[in-house]
Amino acid sequence: MLKYVADSLVYTLMGIKQGTMLGEALNFFLYDTMKVFLLLTVIIFVVAVIRSFFPPEKSRKLLANRREYVGNFLAACLGIVTPFCSCSAIPMFIGFVEAGLPLGVTFSFLIASPTVNEVALVMLWGLFGWRIALLYTVTGVMLAFFGGIIIGKLKLEHLVEPYVYQIKMGETAAIVPTWRERLWYAWEYTKDILGRVWLFVLIGIGVGAWIHGYVPMDFVLRYAGPHNPFAVIVAVLLGIPLYANAAGAIPIVQALVEKGLPMGTALAFMMSIVAISAPELIILRKVIKLKLIAIFVGIVALAIIVIGYLFNMLL
Amino acid sequence: MRIEVLGMGCATCNKLYEHALEAVKLSGKKAEVIKVEDIQKIMSYGVLSTPALVVDGVVKSTGNVPRIEQIKEWIKK
Repeated sequence: MLKYVADSLVYTLMGIKQGTMLGEALNFFLYDTMKVFLLLTVIIFVVAVIRSFFPPEKSRKLLANRREYVGNFLAACLGIVTPFCSCSAIPMFIGFVEAGLPLGVTFSFLIASPTVNEVALVMLWGLFGWRIALLYTVTGVMLAFFGGIIIGKLKLEHLVEPYVYQIKMGETAAIVPTWRERLWYAWEYTKDILGRVWLFVLIGIGVGAWIHGYVPMDFVLRYAGPHNPFAVIVAVLLGIPLYANAAGAIPIVQALVEKGLPMGTALAFMMSIVAISAPELIILRKVIKLKLIAIFVGIVALAIIVIGYLFNMLL
Repeated sequence: MRIEVLGMGCATCNKLYEHALEAVKLSGKKAEVIKVEDIQKIMSYGVLSTPALVVDGVVKSTGNVPRIEQIKEWIKK
């Protein structure tokens, strides 16, 4: 359906010949834009409704006093469904520590939460298909699981700011929203997210369309193909400062994959964009020492590099 | 009446603060609206997701910005 709309817009209405570079690029741009915005609107809304059933206060109760392994796995899964905004990172971190969660379990949550996020999932699903989106989700949960376990094993509790252990949490009756409220908040959230990412998505798809139409085939293969042993490392290091542009980066990555970028390198790049974000690290600095932040970034980056090489071998 | 807006100064916290002020103005009630940014105080209400709205010591909403109309309802009672 969308393909038909894009075809008739470009080839019939604008009268651009099929098979020309301009035609290809324009068609690609229009088709992807329609598909991505449709998916973004629907999925973000659905995810927001689901999330209204998993407030962080509930996740905290579910995780309280869990041991390692089971706790890490549960935390990684809850990290996906619990609504998380960086402005709540501090109360959540303190609340989890106060509930007796081991540090490693808390970190499993903190890794999964931004890594497996709905915007990245929609972009992956829309542009790479559901298999890659699912693979990404499973990998993200594994990253959070193992990352948390390693941080737990290192016994770094002394690197948490001492005041965190002083805080006592109060009790409050759980607020259960009505269905009307759930839908209303979900719609507000969808508008908010769309308002924040639409420009990046458009730019990303635009650049992707340009690559699609104008960059010669196998161009990427020559520089970042399987023959370059450092490609994954460079991709992960490049991804770290790119936070908040995940929505825009994925269409570009897709075009690069088409031109020969190996899938493992591509996945590692996307993961490092979302998993490690400067704004979140700056906020976390208020509750943990710089050394722990460095260890956290190091472990996550290393794990993503391993994931990249692994998928390059397997896929 | 005492209305507290819990949050550590993020953009949505400010939006909730403005909504609360507007709701008080519209309701014509005498109420003070206070920003609570101290983490210990926020946590003492059992709140993990900010911004949160507290009316006379009772947590009314967490993690989102309720409509002005909704806040007016809470103030009335």
